[in-house]
Amino acid sequence: MAFIKIKRPELSLSDKLYIPAIFKGLWLTFKHAVKSVRGKSIGSKDLASSGLGITMQYPEQKWDEHLPEYYRGVPALVTDEQDRERCVSCQLCEFICPPKAIKIIPGEIPSDDEWAKVEKRPKEFEIDMTRCIYCGMCEEVCPEQAIYLRQDYAVTGLTREEMVNDKKRLYEIGGKRVGLVNKWNELK
Amino acid sequence: MEITFLAISAIKIFVFTFVITLPMIAYSTYAERRVSAILQDRVGPNRVGIPLTLFGGKKDWKFFGLLQPLADGLKGLLKEDFTPAHVRKNYYWIAPALTAVPAFVTVCVIPFGSEITIFGETVKLVIADIGIGPLFIFAIASLSVYGITIAGWASNSKYPFLGGVRACAQMISYEIALGLSIVPVLMVFGMLNLSDIVNEQAINGWLIFPAWGEGLTNPDTGNFNLGRWLLVIPLLISFFIFTVSIFAETNRMPFDLPECETELVGGYHTEYSSMKFALFFMGEYAAMIVGSALIVTVFFGGWSLGFGLDAKWLMDEAGNWKAYAGLVHLGAFLTKVVAFIVFFVWVRWTVPRFRYDQLMKLGWVVFFELALVNIFLTAGIMWWLAR
Ligand code: SF4
Ligand code: SF4
Repeated sequence: MAFIKIKRPELSLSDKLYIPAIFKGLWLTFKHAVKSVRGKSIGSKDLASSGLGITMQYPEQKWDEHLPEYYRGVPALVTDEQDRERCVSCQLCEFICPPKAIKIIPGEIPSDDEWAKVEKRPKEFEIDMTRCIYCGMCEEVCPEQAIYLRQDYAVTGLTREEMVNDKKRLYEIGGKRVGLVNKWNELK
Repeated sequence: MEITFLAISAIKIFVFTFVITLPMIAYSTYAERRVSAILQDRVGPNRVGIPLTLFGGKKDWKFFGLLQPLADGLKGLLKEDFTPAHVRKNYYWIAPALTAVPAFVTVCVIPFGSEITIFGETVKLVIADIGIGPLFIFAIASLSVYGITIAGWASNSKYPFLGGVRACAQMISYEIALGLSIVPVLMVFGMLNLSDIVNEQAINGWLIFPAWGEGLTNPDTGNFNLGRWLLVIPLLISFFIFTVSIFAETNRMPFDLPECETELVGGYHTEYSSMKFALFFMGEYAAMIVGSALIVTVFFGGWSLGFGLDAKWLMDEAGNWKAYAGLVHLGAFLTKVVAFIVFFVWVRWTVPRFRYDQLMKLGWVVFFELALVNIFLTAGIMWWLAR
Protein backbone atom coordinates (compact mmCIF):
# COMPACT_ATOMS: atom_id res chain seq x y z
CA MET A 1 0.00 0.00 0.00
CA ALA A 2 1.36 3.24 -1.06
CA PHE A 3 1.43 6.02 1.41
CA ILE A 4 0.49 9.39 0.11
CA LYS A 5 1.69 12.20 2.23
CA ILE A 6 -0.73 15.06 2.12
CA LYS A 7 0.71 18.43 2.74
CA ARG A 8 -1.15 20.85 4.90
CA PRO A 9 -2.09 23.68 2.54
CA GLU A 10 -0.25 26.83 3.42
CA LEU A 11 -1.80 30.22 3.23
CA SER A 12 -0.29 32.32 0.52
CA LEU A 13 0.45 35.98 1.06
CA SER A 14 -2.72 37.02 -0.68
CA ASP A 15 -4.71 34.72 1.60
CA LYS A 16 -3.10 36.24 4.64
CA LEU A 17 -3.76 39.77 3.49
CA TYR A 18 -7.56 39.22 3.51
CA ILE A 19 -7.97 42.04 1.03
CA PRO A 20 -8.11 39.99 -2.19
CA ALA A 21 -10.64 37.72 -0.53
CA ILE A 22 -12.76 40.72 0.40
CA PHE A 23 -12.71 41.96 -3.19
CA LYS A 24 -13.60 38.49 -4.39
CA GLY A 25 -16.52 38.50 -2.02
CA LEU A 26 -17.63 41.92 -3.21
CA TRP A 27 -17.46 40.73 -6.79
CA LEU A 28 -19.51 37.66 -5.93
CA THR A 29 -22.28 39.62 -4.25
CA PHE A 30 -22.18 42.11 -7.13
CA LYS A 31 -22.74 39.30 -9.60
CA HIS A 32 -25.67 38.12 -7.52
CA ALA A 33 -27.10 41.64 -7.53
CA VAL A 34 -26.84 41.96 -11.30
CA LYS A 35 -28.45 38.59 -11.87
CA SER A 36 -31.10 39.33 -9.27
CA VAL A 37 -32.08 42.62 -10.91
CA ARG A 38 -32.25 41.01 -14.34
CA GLY A 39 -34.42 38.24 -12.94
CA LYS A 40 -31.83 35.61 -13.81
CA SER A 41 -30.83 34.41 -10.37
CA ILE A 42 -29.96 30.79 -10.16
CA GLY A 43 -33.15 28.85 -9.64
CA SER A 44 -35.45 31.74 -10.38
CA LYS A 45 -37.17 29.76 -13.12
CA ASP A 46 -37.84 26.69 -11.03
CA LEU A 47 -39.11 28.81 -8.20
CA ALA A 48 -41.29 30.93 -10.51
CA SER A 49 -39.69 34.16 -9.36
CA SER A 50 -41.46 37.46 -9.74
CA GLY A 51 -38.55 38.94 -11.64
CA LEU A 52 -36.44 40.18 -8.71
CA GLY A 53 -34.28 37.56 -7.09
CA ILE A 54 -35.93 34.20 -6.63
CA THR A 55 -38.87 35.41 -4.59
CA MET A 56 -42.46 34.86 -5.53
CA GLN A 57 -44.86 37.72 -4.75
CA TYR A 58 -47.32 35.82 -2.63
CA PRO A 59 -50.88 36.97 -2.85
CA GLU A 60 -50.52 37.87 -6.53
CA GLN A 61 -48.57 34.78 -7.50
CA LYS A 62 -49.28 31.43 -5.99
CA TRP A 63 -47.51 28.16 -5.70
CA ASP A 64 -50.73 26.20 -6.24
CA GLU A 65 -49.83 24.38 -9.42
CA HIS A 66 -46.64 23.18 -7.78
CA LEU A 67 -48.44 21.70 -4.78
CA PRO A 68 -47.81 17.96 -4.66
CA GLU A 69 -50.65 15.44 -4.70
CA TYR A 70 -50.09 14.59 -1.08
CA TYR A 71 -50.18 18.18 0.14
CA ARG A 72 -51.96 18.41 3.47
CA GLY A 73 -54.20 21.47 3.56
CA VAL A 74 -57.56 22.06 5.16
CA PRO A 75 -59.37 18.88 6.25
CA ALA A 76 -62.84 18.67 4.74
CA LEU A 77 -65.73 16.26 4.31
CA VAL A 78 -66.55 14.81 0.92
CA THR A 79 -69.69 13.46 -0.68
CA ASP A 80 -69.87 10.66 -3.17
CA GLU A 81 -70.93 10.95 -6.78
CA GLN A 82 -74.62 10.97 -5.87
CA ASP A 83 -74.14 13.71 -3.27
CA ARG A 84 -74.64 11.32 -0.39
CA GLU A 85 -72.74 12.00 2.80
CA ARG A 86 -69.99 9.50 3.24
CA CYS A 87 -69.46 10.23 6.91
CA VAL A 88 -71.24 7.85 9.26
CA SER A 89 -70.28 9.89 12.33
CA CYS A 90 -68.35 7.05 13.90
CA GLN A 91 -66.32 9.76 15.63
CA LEU A 92 -63.04 7.96 15.11
CA CYS A 93 -61.55 11.15 13.70
CA GLU A 94 -62.79 13.11 16.69
CA PHE A 95 -60.99 10.78 19.02
CA ILE A 96 -57.78 10.48 17.05
CA CYS A 97 -57.37 14.18 16.38
CA PRO A 98 -54.33 15.14 18.47
CA PRO A 99 -55.26 18.77 19.19
CA LYS A 100 -58.97 17.94 19.51
CA ALA A 101 -60.02 20.13 16.63
CA ILE A 102 -63.01 18.07 15.58
CA LYS A 103 -66.41 18.15 17.22
CA ILE A 104 -69.13 15.83 15.97
CA ILE A 105 -72.75 15.53 17.07
CA PRO A 106 -74.00 12.29 15.55
CA GLY A 107 -77.48 12.05 14.17
CA GLU A 108 -79.64 9.12 13.27
CA ILE A 109 -80.93 8.38 9.81
CA PRO A 110 -84.69 7.86 10.12
CA SER A 111 -85.85 4.32 9.40
CA ASP A 112 -88.02 5.38 6.48
CA ASP A 113 -84.96 6.72 4.66
CA GLU A 114 -83.71 4.91 1.61
CA TRP A 115 -80.35 4.50 3.30
CA ALA A 116 -81.62 3.63 6.75
CA LYS A 117 -79.18 0.74 6.61
CA VAL A 118 -76.32 3.19 7.19
CA GLU A 119 -77.97 4.24 10.48
CA LYS A 120 -75.96 7.36 11.29
CA ARG A 121 -74.75 10.57 9.79
CA PRO A 122 -73.37 13.67 11.47
CA LYS A 123 -75.85 16.27 12.65
CA GLU A 124 -73.08 18.72 13.37
CA PHE A 125 -69.51 18.45 12.24
CA GLU A 126 -67.11 21.18 13.21
CA ILE A 127 -63.38 21.48 12.65
CA ASP A 128 -61.70 24.31 14.49
CA MET A 129 -58.96 25.55 12.18
CA THR A 130 -57.24 27.48 14.98
CA ARG A 131 -56.54 24.08 16.54
CA CYS A 132 -55.94 21.84 13.53
CA ILE A 133 -52.32 20.99 12.93
CA TYR A 134 -52.85 19.45 9.48
CA CYS A 135 -51.50 16.13 10.65
CA GLY A 136 -53.82 14.07 8.44
CA MET A 137 -54.73 11.60 11.19
CA CYS A 138 -58.43 12.09 10.52
CA GLU A 139 -58.00 11.15 6.88
CA GLU A 140 -55.94 8.16 7.90
CA VAL A 141 -58.38 6.82 10.44
CA CYS A 142 -61.68 7.35 8.63
CA PRO A 143 -63.21 3.96 7.75
CA GLU A 144 -65.49 5.51 5.11
CA GLN A 145 -63.02 7.70 3.24
CA ALA A 146 -65.21 10.61 4.21
CA ILE A 147 -62.66 13.16 5.36
CA TYR A 148 -59.74 14.36 3.28
CA LEU A 149 -57.07 17.01 3.57
CA ARG A 150 -57.56 19.30 0.62
CA GLN A 151 -55.09 21.66 -1.00
CA ASP A 152 -56.45 24.89 0.47
CA TYR A 153 -53.93 26.52 2.78
CA ALA A 154 -54.95 30.16 3.03
CA VAL A 155 -57.24 29.95 6.05
CA THR A 156 -58.06 33.37 7.41
CA GLY A 157 -60.67 34.84 9.64
CA LEU A 158 -61.18 37.93 11.75
CA THR A 159 -62.68 36.11 14.74
CA ARG A 160 -62.28 32.72 16.35
CA GLU A 161 -65.80 31.80 15.29
CA GLU A 162 -64.92 32.44 11.67
CA MET A 163 -62.09 29.96 11.93
CA VAL A 164 -64.43 27.09 12.79
CA ASN A 165 -65.59 25.23 9.70
CA ASP A 166 -69.11 23.87 10.15
CA LYS A 167 -70.62 20.98 8.28
CA LYS A 168 -71.94 23.02 5.38
CA ARG A 169 -68.62 24.72 4.87
CA LEU A 170 -66.76 21.43 5.14
CA TYR A 171 -68.78 19.90 2.34
CA GLU A 172 -68.28 23.04 0.30
CA ILE A 173 -64.51 22.75 0.60
CA GLY A 174 -64.48 19.01 0.26
CA GLY A 175 -66.63 18.65 -2.80
CA LYS A 176 -67.20 15.33 -4.46
CA ARG A 177 -65.05 12.26 -4.45
CA VAL A 178 -65.76 9.27 -6.65
CA GLY A 179 -64.82 5.76 -5.78
CA LEU A 180 -66.28 2.63 -4.33
CA VAL A 181 -67.76 2.92 -0.90
CA ASN A 182 -69.09 -0.34 0.46
CA LYS A 183 -71.81 0.93 2.65
CA TRP A 184 -73.97 1.98 -0.30
CA ASN A 185 -73.97 -1.59 -1.57
CA GLU A 186 -77.34 -3.21 -0.78
CA LEU A 187 -75.85 -6.67 -0.57
CA LYS A 188 -73.01 -5.99 1.81
CA MET B 1 -25.92 91.92 8.80
CA GLU B 2 -26.24 90.14 12.11
CA ILE B 3 -29.90 89.43 11.55
CA THR B 4 -29.44 88.22 7.99
CA PHE B 5 -26.58 85.99 9.10
CA LEU B 6 -28.67 84.46 11.83
CA ALA B 7 -31.65 84.00 9.56
CA ILE B 8 -29.56 82.41 6.82
CA SER B 9 -27.87 80.10 9.32
CA ALA B 10 -31.20 79.06 10.74
CA ILE B 11 -32.49 78.30 7.26
CA LYS B 12 -29.34 76.35 6.45
CA ILE B 13 -29.60 74.34 9.65
CA PHE B 14 -33.20 73.55 8.91
CA VAL B 15 -32.58 72.59 5.30
CA PHE B 16 -29.41 70.58 5.79
CA THR B 17 -30.52 68.60 8.82
CA PHE B 18 -34.29 68.28 8.48
CA VAL B 19 -34.75 68.42 4.75
CA ILE B 20 -31.62 66.60 3.62
CA THR B 21 -30.05 64.52 6.38
CA LEU B 22 -33.13 63.19 8.16
CA PRO B 23 -34.85 61.90 5.02
CA MET B 24 -31.51 60.50 3.95
CA ILE B 25 -31.33 58.55 7.20
CA ALA B 26 -34.83 57.26 6.67
CA TYR B 27 -34.11 56.27 3.14
CA SER B 28 -30.78 54.70 3.88
CA THR B 29 -32.65 52.19 6.02
CA TYR B 30 -34.80 51.54 2.97
CA ALA B 31 -31.72 51.33 0.74
CA GLU B 32 -30.11 48.99 3.23
CA ARG B 33 -33.05 46.63 3.05
CA ARG B 34 -33.56 46.80 -0.68
CA VAL B 35 -29.88 46.54 -1.62
CA SER B 36 -29.24 43.73 0.83
CA ALA B 37 -32.25 41.93 -0.60
CA ILE B 38 -30.98 42.31 -4.14
CA LEU B 39 -27.54 41.09 -3.12
CA GLN B 40 -29.13 38.00 -1.61
CA ASP B 41 -31.59 37.26 -4.44
CA ARG B 42 -34.54 38.51 -2.45
CA VAL B 43 -37.00 41.35 -3.00
CA GLY B 44 -37.05 43.43 0.16
CA PRO B 45 -39.81 45.80 1.26
CA ASN B 46 -41.80 46.66 -1.86
CA ARG B 47 -45.33 47.02 -0.59
CA VAL B 48 -45.84 50.05 1.60
CA GLY B 49 -47.35 52.78 -0.51
CA ILE B 50 -50.54 54.75 -0.41
CA PRO B 51 -53.41 52.41 0.50
CA LEU B 52 -55.91 53.86 -1.93
CA THR B 53 -58.21 50.87 -1.47
CA LEU B 54 -58.85 52.05 2.08
CA PHE B 55 -60.37 55.22 0.67
CA GLY B 56 -62.38 53.48 -2.00
CA GLY B 57 -59.75 53.47 -4.73
CA LYS B 58 -59.30 50.61 -7.11
CA LYS B 59 -55.64 49.83 -6.59
CA ASP B 60 -53.03 50.65 -3.99
CA TRP B 61 -50.07 52.71 -5.04
CA LYS B 62 -46.99 50.85 -4.08
CA PHE B 63 -44.13 53.06 -5.29
CA PHE B 64 -41.72 50.15 -4.84
CA GLY B 65 -42.34 50.35 -1.10
CA LEU B 66 -40.87 53.82 -0.91
CA LEU B 67 -43.09 54.75 2.01
CA GLN B 68 -41.70 51.96 4.18
CA PRO B 69 -39.49 54.32 6.25
CA LEU B 70 -42.54 56.41 7.14
CA ALA B 71 -44.35 53.32 8.30
CA ASP B 72 -41.32 52.30 10.32
CA GLY B 73 -41.09 55.73 11.91
CA LEU B 74 -44.77 55.67 12.79
CA LYS B 75 -44.35 52.23 14.27
CA GLY B 76 -41.46 53.52 16.39
CA LEU B 77 -43.70 56.25 17.77
CA LEU B 78 -46.68 54.01 18.44
CA LYS B 79 -44.93 51.08 20.09
CA GLU B 80 -44.78 50.78 23.83
CA ASP B 81 -41.77 52.55 25.24
CA PHE B 82 -40.82 49.99 27.82
CA THR B 83 -38.31 50.74 30.54
CA PRO B 84 -37.20 47.61 32.36
CA ALA B 85 -37.24 47.85 36.15
CA HIS B 86 -33.60 46.95 36.56
CA VAL B 87 -32.04 49.78 34.55
CA ARG B 88 -30.36 52.92 35.82
CA LYS B 89 -33.06 55.30 34.72
CA ASN B 90 -31.26 58.60 34.14
CA TYR B 91 -28.43 57.15 32.11
CA TYR B 92 -30.80 54.80 30.34
CA TRP B 93 -32.77 57.81 29.16
CA ILE B 94 -29.80 59.93 28.20
CA ALA B 95 -27.90 57.27 26.23
CA PRO B 96 -29.94 57.22 22.99
CA ALA B 97 -29.73 60.99 22.71
CA LEU B 98 -26.00 60.87 23.33
CA THR B 99 -25.60 58.52 20.38
CA ALA B 100 -27.82 60.40 17.98
CA VAL B 101 -26.91 64.00 18.75
CA PRO B 102 -23.17 63.96 17.91
CA ALA B 103 -23.88 62.44 14.53
CA PHE B 104 -26.27 65.28 13.75
CA VAL B 105 -23.98 67.97 15.11
CA THR B 106 -21.17 66.93 12.79
CA VAL B 107 -23.40 67.69 9.81
CA CYS B 108 -22.74 71.38 10.43
CA VAL B 109 -19.21 71.44 9.01
CA ILE B 110 -19.91 69.34 5.93
CA PRO B 111 -19.90 71.51 2.79
CA PHE B 112 -22.99 70.49 0.85
CA GLY B 113 -22.19 72.66 -2.14
CA SER B 114 -20.31 75.78 -3.23
CA GLU B 115 -22.40 78.93 -3.17
CA ILE B 116 -25.75 80.11 -4.35
CA THR B 117 -26.72 83.71 -4.89
CA ILE B 118 -30.23 84.71 -3.88
CA PHE B 119 -31.35 88.37 -3.78
CA GLY B 120 -27.78 89.49 -4.25
CA GLU B 121 -26.72 87.62 -1.14
CA THR B 122 -24.06 84.95 -1.65
CA VAL B 123 -24.70 81.98 0.58
CA LYS B 124 -22.13 79.27 1.21
CA LEU B 125 -23.75 75.87 1.41
CA VAL B 126 -22.22 74.90 4.70
CA ILE B 127 -23.71 75.58 8.11
CA ALA B 128 -20.50 76.46 9.95
CA ASP B 129 -17.58 77.42 7.75
CA ILE B 130 -14.91 76.87 10.38
CA GLY B 131 -11.19 76.34 9.88
CA ILE B 132 -10.94 73.06 11.79
CA GLY B 133 -13.47 70.93 9.93
CA PRO B 134 -12.04 67.40 10.22
CA LEU B 135 -10.86 67.93 13.78
CA PHE B 136 -14.31 69.14 14.76
CA ILE B 137 -15.89 66.07 13.25
CA PHE B 138 -13.51 63.70 15.02
CA ALA B 139 -13.97 65.49 18.31
CA ILE B 140 -17.75 65.41 18.18
CA ALA B 141 -18.23 62.07 16.47
CA SER B 142 -16.14 60.25 19.05
CA LEU B 143 -18.57 61.46 21.71
CA SER B 144 -21.15 59.05 20.38
CA VAL B 145 -19.24 56.19 21.97
CA TYR B 146 -20.35 57.57 25.35
CA GLY B 147 -23.91 57.00 24.31
CA ILE B 148 -23.20 53.38 23.46
CA THR B 149 -21.09 52.70 26.52
CA ILE B 150 -23.56 54.37 28.84
CA ALA B 151 -26.41 52.47 27.22
CA GLY B 152 -24.54 49.23 27.81
CA TRP B 153 -23.83 50.07 31.40
CA ALA B 154 -27.17 51.59 32.27
CA SER B 155 -29.08 48.60 30.91
CA ASN B 156 -27.72 46.66 33.85
CA SER B 157 -27.72 43.30 32.12
CA LYS B 158 -24.88 41.29 30.69
CA TYR B 159 -25.31 41.41 26.92
CA PRO B 160 -25.69 45.16 26.64
CA PHE B 161 -22.81 45.51 29.05
CA LEU B 162 -20.53 43.40 26.86
CA GLY B 163 -21.67 45.39 23.84
CA GLY B 164 -20.85 48.65 25.56
CA VAL B 165 -17.41 47.45 26.60
CA ARG B 166 -16.66 46.28 23.10
CA ALA B 167 -17.84 49.55 21.58
CA CYS B 168 -15.57 51.46 23.92
CA ALA B 169 -12.47 49.40 23.11
CA GLN B 170 -13.19 49.37 19.41
CA MET B 171 -13.72 53.11 19.15
CA ILE B 172 -10.50 53.87 20.95
CA SER B 173 -8.47 51.58 18.70
CA TYR B 174 -9.90 52.84 15.46
CA GLU B 175 -10.07 56.51 16.37
CA ILE B 176 -6.29 56.56 16.41
CA ALA B 177 -6.01 55.09 12.95
CA LEU B 178 -8.73 57.45 11.78
CA GLY B 179 -6.95 60.52 13.09
CA LEU B 180 -3.54 59.46 11.82
CA SER B 181 -4.77 58.45 8.39
CA ILE B 182 -6.03 61.93 7.66
CA VAL B 183 -2.73 63.61 8.55
CA PRO B 184 -1.17 62.99 5.09
CA VAL B 185 -4.25 64.57 3.54
CA LEU B 186 -3.85 67.66 5.64
CA MET B 187 -0.14 67.75 4.80
CA VAL B 188 -0.94 67.77 1.09
CA PHE B 189 -3.63 70.43 1.37
CA GLY B 190 -2.01 72.47 4.08
CA MET B 191 -5.37 73.56 5.47
CA LEU B 192 -8.22 72.34 7.62
CA ASN B 193 -11.23 74.15 6.25
CA LEU B 194 -13.39 71.61 4.49
CA SER B 195 -14.94 74.16 2.10
CA ASP B 196 -11.51 75.31 0.99
CA ILE B 197 -10.33 71.72 0.68
CA VAL B 198 -13.19 70.97 -1.68
CA ASN B 199 -12.65 74.19 -3.62
CA GLU B 200 -9.02 73.25 -4.08
CA GLN B 201 -10.06 69.82 -5.36
CA ALA B 202 -12.58 71.32 -7.77
CA ILE B 203 -9.84 73.32 -9.40
CA ASN B 204 -6.84 71.05 -9.11
CA GLY B 205 -8.20 67.53 -9.18
CA TRP B 206 -9.68 65.22 -6.56
CA LEU B 207 -7.30 64.07 -3.92
CA ILE B 208 -6.91 60.50 -5.10
CA PHE B 209 -7.75 61.16 -8.74
CA PRO B 210 -6.05 64.40 -9.84
CA ALA B 211 -6.79 64.08 -13.54
CA TRP B 212 -7.13 67.80 -14.33
CA GLY B 213 -5.81 71.20 -13.21
CA GLU B 214 -2.55 71.02 -11.31
CA GLY B 215 -2.76 67.26 -11.42
CA LEU B 216 -1.78 67.34 -15.07
CA THR B 217 0.35 70.45 -15.38
CA ASN B 218 2.78 71.54 -12.76
CA PRO B 219 2.17 75.24 -12.08
CA ASP B 220 5.93 75.84 -11.67
CA THR B 221 7.27 74.06 -14.71
CA GLY B 222 4.22 73.65 -16.95
CA ASN B 223 5.09 69.98 -17.46
CA PHE B 224 3.13 66.88 -16.55
CA ASN B 225 2.92 66.77 -12.77
CA LEU B 226 4.43 63.39 -11.94
CA GLY B 227 4.99 64.33 -8.31
CA ARG B 228 1.32 64.89 -7.70
CA TRP B 229 0.55 61.42 -9.08
CA LEU B 230 3.29 59.93 -6.93
CA LEU B 231 1.49 61.35 -3.90
CA VAL B 232 -1.57 59.35 -4.84
CA ILE B 233 0.09 56.19 -3.45
CA PRO B 234 0.20 57.27 0.18
CA LEU B 235 -3.12 59.01 -0.26
CA LEU B 236 -4.70 55.77 -1.44
CA ILE B 237 -3.36 54.07 1.67
CA SER B 238 -4.84 56.92 3.69
CA PHE B 239 -8.14 56.49 1.93
CA PHE B 240 -8.15 52.79 2.67
CA ILE B 241 -7.38 53.18 6.36
CA PHE B 242 -9.80 56.05 6.66
CA THR B 243 -12.64 54.14 5.05
CA VAL B 244 -12.08 51.04 7.15
CA SER B 245 -11.89 53.15 10.29
CA ILE B 246 -15.14 54.88 9.38
CA PHE B 247 -16.70 51.43 9.10
CA ALA B 248 -15.44 50.69 12.58
CA GLU B 249 -16.56 54.09 13.89
CA THR B 250 -20.08 53.60 12.65
CA ASN B 251 -20.26 50.08 14.09
CA ARG B 252 -21.18 48.54 10.82
CA MET B 253 -20.33 45.14 9.47
CA PRO B 254 -17.65 43.79 9.52
CA PHE B 255 -17.05 45.77 12.71
CA ASP B 256 -20.44 45.54 14.37
CA LEU B 257 -19.07 43.75 17.40
CA PRO B 258 -20.94 46.01 19.87
CA GLU B 259 -24.31 44.78 18.68
CA CYS B 260 -23.59 41.52 16.92
CA GLU B 261 -26.89 39.71 17.07
CA THR B 262 -25.49 36.22 17.04
CA GLU B 263 -23.50 36.63 20.23
CA LEU B 264 -24.99 39.49 22.18
CA VAL B 265 -28.72 39.34 21.36
CA GLY B 266 -28.83 42.99 20.30
CA GLY B 267 -25.71 44.31 21.98
CA TYR B 268 -25.95 47.66 23.72
CA HIS B 269 -29.54 48.29 22.68
CA THR B 270 -30.95 44.95 23.82
CA GLU B 271 -33.02 46.56 26.59
CA TYR B 272 -34.34 49.41 24.47
CA SER B 273 -37.62 49.61 22.68
CA SER B 274 -39.70 51.90 20.49
CA MET B 275 -38.36 55.40 19.85
CA LYS B 276 -35.32 55.03 22.07
CA PHE B 277 -34.22 52.08 20.02
CA ALA B 278 -35.03 54.04 16.87
CA LEU B 279 -32.74 56.82 18.09
CA PHE B 280 -29.82 54.39 18.29
CA PHE B 281 -30.71 53.25 14.84
CA MET B 282 -30.86 56.79 13.53
CA GLY B 283 -27.58 57.60 15.21
CA GLU B 284 -25.92 54.70 13.44
CA TYR B 285 -27.26 55.71 10.06
CA ALA B 286 -26.53 59.39 10.63
CA ALA B 287 -22.97 58.43 11.48
CA MET B 288 -22.83 56.42 8.29
CA ILE B 289 -24.05 59.36 6.25
CA VAL B 290 -21.64 61.80 7.86
CA GLY B 291 -18.86 59.25 7.38
CA SER B 292 -19.68 58.88 3.70
CA ALA B 293 -19.91 62.66 3.37
CA LEU B 294 -16.50 63.04 5.00
CA ILE B 295 -14.88 60.46 2.75
CA VAL B 296 -16.41 62.12 -0.28
CA THR B 297 -15.42 65.57 0.89
CA VAL B 298 -11.84 64.73 1.64
CA PHE B 299 -10.97 62.15 -1.01
CA PHE B 300 -13.48 62.52 -3.82
CA GLY B 301 -13.75 66.24 -4.28
CA GLY B 302 -16.89 66.83 -2.19
CA TRP B 303 -19.40 68.76 -4.24
CA SER B 304 -17.18 69.29 -7.28
CA LEU B 305 -18.23 67.82 -10.59
CA GLY B 306 -14.62 67.06 -11.41
CA PHE B 307 -12.76 66.79 -14.70
CA GLY B 308 -12.50 70.57 -14.89
CA LEU B 309 -16.21 70.83 -15.53
CA ASP B 310 -16.80 73.13 -12.56
CA ALA B 311 -14.69 75.88 -14.11
CA LYS B 312 -16.08 75.29 -17.58
CA TRP B 313 -19.80 75.17 -16.81
CA LEU B 314 -20.44 76.83 -13.51
CA MET B 315 -18.06 79.80 -13.37
CA ASP B 316 -18.39 83.19 -15.05
CA GLU B 317 -15.41 84.92 -16.67
CA ALA B 318 -14.36 86.65 -13.47
CA GLY B 319 -13.92 83.27 -11.79
CA ASN B 320 -16.99 83.54 -9.54
CA TRP B 321 -19.56 80.79 -9.19
CA LYS B 322 -22.73 81.36 -11.14
CA ALA B 323 -25.90 81.93 -9.14
CA TYR B 324 -27.16 78.38 -9.47
CA ALA B 325 -23.76 76.66 -9.15
CA GLY B 326 -24.50 75.67 -5.58
CA LEU B 327 -27.56 73.67 -6.55
CA VAL B 328 -25.67 71.69 -9.18
CA HIS B 329 -22.95 71.06 -6.65
CA LEU B 330 -25.45 70.00 -4.03
CA GLY B 331 -26.75 67.44 -6.49
CA ALA B 332 -23.24 66.19 -7.28
CA PHE B 333 -22.41 65.93 -3.59
CA LEU B 334 -25.56 64.01 -2.71
CA THR B 335 -25.02 61.64 -5.63
CA LYS B 336 -21.54 60.82 -4.42
CA VAL B 337 -22.72 60.37 -0.83
CA VAL B 338 -25.50 58.05 -1.93
CA ALA B 339 -23.02 56.04 -3.96
CA PHE B 340 -20.91 55.66 -0.84
CA ILE B 341 -23.87 54.67 1.29
CA VAL B 342 -24.66 51.94 -1.22
CA PHE B 343 -21.03 50.87 -0.95
CA PHE B 344 -21.37 50.70 2.84
CA VAL B 345 -24.42 48.51 2.45
CA TRP B 346 -22.71 46.36 -0.13
CA VAL B 347 -19.77 45.71 2.17
CA ARG B 348 -22.04 44.99 5.11
CA TRP B 349 -23.81 42.24 3.23
CA THR B 350 -20.61 40.76 1.87
CA VAL B 351 -17.97 40.64 4.55
CA PRO B 352 -18.57 38.49 7.61
CA ARG B 353 -17.92 39.85 11.08
CA PHE B 354 -14.40 39.78 12.48
CA ARG B 355 -13.56 37.88 15.61
CA TYR B 356 -12.88 40.20 18.50
CA ASP B 357 -9.15 39.51 18.76
CA GLN B 358 -8.77 39.90 15.00
CA LEU B 359 -10.47 43.24 15.25
CA MET B 360 -8.14 44.44 17.97
CA LYS B 361 -5.10 43.10 16.17
CA LEU B 362 -6.15 44.77 12.96
CA GLY B 363 -6.62 48.07 14.71
CA TRP B 364 -3.51 48.18 16.84
CA VAL B 365 -0.99 46.10 14.91
CA VAL B 366 -1.90 46.82 11.29
CA PHE B 367 -3.74 50.08 10.85
CA PHE B 368 -2.05 52.07 13.58
CA GLU B 369 1.43 51.25 12.23
CA LEU B 370 0.40 51.58 8.62
CA ALA B 371 -1.05 55.02 9.25
CA LEU B 372 2.11 56.12 11.05
CA VAL B 373 4.39 54.84 8.29
CA ASN B 374 2.13 56.46 5.76
CA ILE B 375 2.67 59.87 7.31
CA PHE B 376 6.41 59.49 6.94
CA LEU B 377 6.01 58.20 3.41
CA THR B 378 3.99 61.25 2.45
CA ALA B 379 6.43 63.54 4.16
CA GLY B 380 9.30 61.83 2.33
CA ILE B 381 7.68 62.22 -1.05
CA MET B 382 6.74 65.82 -0.39
CA TRP B 383 10.26 66.61 0.79
CA TRP B 384 11.71 64.94 -2.29
CA LEU B 385 9.37 66.89 -4.56
CA ALA B 386 10.10 70.19 -2.91
CA ARG B 387 13.84 69.80 -3.37
S1 SF4 C 1 -65.30 11.56 8.99
FE1 SF4 C 1 -64.86 9.40 8.91
S2 SF4 C 1 -63.88 9.00 10.91
FE2 SF4 C 1 -64.85 10.98 11.07
S3 SF4 C 1 -66.85 10.51 11.93
FE3 SF4 C 1 -67.14 10.57 9.73
S4 SF4 C 1 -66.86 8.44 9.11
FE4 SF4 C 1 -66.05 8.58 11.16
S1 SF4 D 1 -55.68 17.05 10.26
FE1 SF4 D 1 -55.09 16.31 12.26
S2 SF4 D 1 -55.46 18.07 13.57
FE2 SF4 D 1 -56.54 18.52 11.69
S3 SF4 D 1 -58.59 17.80 12.05
FE3 SF4 D 1 -57.51 16.09 11.11
S4 SF4 D 1 -56.75 14.88 12.83
FE4 SF4 D 1 -57.34 16.88 13.63
